[in-house]
Amino acid sequence: MNQLDSKFGDFGGMYVPELLIPALDQLEKAFLDAKDDPAFQEEFTSLLKDYAGRPTAMTLTRNLVSNPKVKLYLKREDLLHGGAHKTNQVLGQALLTKRMGKTEVIAETGAGQHGTATALACALLGLKARIYMGAKDVERQAPNVFRMRLMGAEVIPVHAGSGTLKDAVNEALRDWSANYEKAHYLLGTAAGPHPFPHIVREFHRMIGEETRAQIVEKEGRLPDAVVACVGGGSNAIGMFADFIDEPSVKLVGVEPAGKGLHTKEHGATICTGTKGILHGAYTYIMQDKQGQIEESYSVSAGLDYPAVGPQHAYLADIGRAEYVSVTDEEALNAFQLLARKEGIIPALESSHALAHALNMADTAEDDTIIVVNLSGRGDKDLGHVIKILGEDFNGSL
Amino acid sequence: MDRYKAMFARLDADNQGAFVPFVMLGDPDIDTSERIISQLIDSGADALELGIPYSDPIADGPTIQAASIRALDSHVTPDSCFSLLKRLRQRYPDTPIGLLLYSNLVMAKGIDNFYTQAKEAGVDSILIADVPLREATPFLEVAKSTGVAQILIAPPNATEETLSQIGEHSHGYTYLLGRAGVTGVETAADTPADALINKLTEYQCAPPLLGFGISTPQQVKTAIKAGAAGAISGSATVNLIADNLDDINAMTKALDEFVGKMKAATKKD
Repeated sequence: MNQLDSKFGDFGGMYVPELLIPALDQLEKAFLDAKDDPAFQEEFTSLLKDYAGRPTAMTLTRNLVSNPKVKLYLKREDLLHGGAHKTNQVLGQALLTKRMGKTEVIAETGAGQHGTATALACALLGLKARIYMGAKDVERQAPNVFRMRLMGAEVIPVHAGSGTLKDAVNEALRDWSANYEKAHYLLGTAAGPHPFPHIVREFHRMIGEETRAQIVEKEGRLPDAVVACVGGGSNAIGMFADFIDEPSVKLVGVEPAGKGLHTKEHGATICTGTKGILHGAYTYIMQDKQGQIEESYSVSAGLDYPAVGPQHAYLADIGRAEYVSVTDEEALNAFQLLARKEGIIPALESSHALAHALNMADTAEDDTIIVVNLSGRGDKDLGHVIKILGEDFNGSL
Repeated sequence: MDRYKAMFARLDADNQGAFVPFVMLGDPDIDTSERIISQLIDSGADALELGIPYSDPIADGPTIQAASIRALDSHVTPDSCFSLLKRLRQRYPDTPIGLLLYSNLVMAKGIDNFYTQAKEAGVDSILIADVPLREATPFLEVAKSTGVAQILIAPPNATEETLSQIGEHSHGYTYLLGRAGVTGVETAADTPADALINKLTEYQCAPPLLGFGISTPQQVKTAIKAGAAGAISGSATVNLIADNLDDINAMTKALDEFVGKMKAATKKD
């Protein structure tokens, strides 16, 4: 049986073939052993500091917010090596892979960000990486495919199904079913079967811990709200984890509303979703009345996933965290605004969080401190945004 | 009436093992599927394992995933599958019929409702590919109250704890995995699985049927010799459907020959 609780209320669990249970148990055990092992913690911490660049900065925006009562801070995960928060937990899981005596890593990737992070960690730690990516995504994300291959990872296009992220997850799970003895499945977000949601949260929780220390140092108090985007939900749970027991801190998760919640083209699973099982967890998912999984959509590939991490489902149900949604258009506006006003180009994912934080800032009546988790940088999105805004874009909003 | 018990008793008396083909309900469409399944029984299948098409079949290889996609493209739903099952049950009152599917299809209807509908359609057992023992309690409870056998999987890496729980809860038969991985003939089963079969007997598990990677009469023979009560063949059966989609007569002929050969291999020496 599990040593850690595999569920968050009714959510989570281990809905996988019986065959994978021993591999998940082995992972849970390795994680718990590592947690108590100072040598593991020292190696993880030193990689985070000397290789990835932690702690990341916290920046008070100067020009973005017009409401004088509001201070809007950015937690700068965009400055982390690899360009996004993902490097944190990938380093942790890569170290666990070695600890379990495994030599190969399987991963899935949508836009290629988790794949790129996995590839860099495997290059660094001498692991063999094979990364499943929907065939459509391989075409759309050529630079990231090249990055992964440059760092020695094998990228395998998945043609089955719709050829996007969920099909890549399916294929990674199939590979793992056959090869769990020598390969670790390095899941990319705080979703999937237990113990992944737990492990991914713990390997990202320094985001919130640093935020707490930095804001207390600068402001002498906790923030009123922390805001983060939610696809699978890894950067958000990393930001939330250290504040869950601080009732004065509002936790706000921002889902992708795509072309609008009234259309089928969005990825706002909690805001609109129904409960069900996908990829090993009971959570909010996008499905039809029969229980067939539906395709999600977002301008931001990193939020384009038809399920969500089970702890977010739980935090939503008990009312501890609030989940809202932001459309493609609102996110694109925030993307441009941050570039223009602060000289920072955010990832389209993080632009969703920023867009909602700006709405909060506009309506705040009391002195308010908001921290947005700027989970990644936007360089990867430039090709896509150029197509949307047009080549003759002149910067006016 | 327990159709699995009756079948195993009959086969024992005849000194045979069971041959159980798997196909996807509604592959490639409901009408053709009805012909296919009828052919399998007419050709000598002892029992049937039938899938309900699902969008994200993580335990299946490319062959069965393609079968799911064909059926979904024909707008097959769990309800149209249940209607088909009812018709089959009327025509074949004694053949054990098991469902093999994914959990979200059950959750979408609600566990109670799904099992009740299955029972009313004449289904004898349900195997949910992505519900391991650890998550099985609510399903086992409903299985018991509705009188459907919950089929449990014994993987090659099963711990003693898993095997003892299978012994405690299994009805109908035990699905014995021939190897790790997903369904498909690309990798053959590692038969014989004598050691695991002996353990299953020791823990008084329901009779084991060996599945995953079974495509030849020789594998059936070996499985039964090792002590399995029979063998399940999914992808090899589904391949014959996929290979003959434009000629239904050729398809049923190929299925007839295949089932004939596989069934013949179940006779014990």
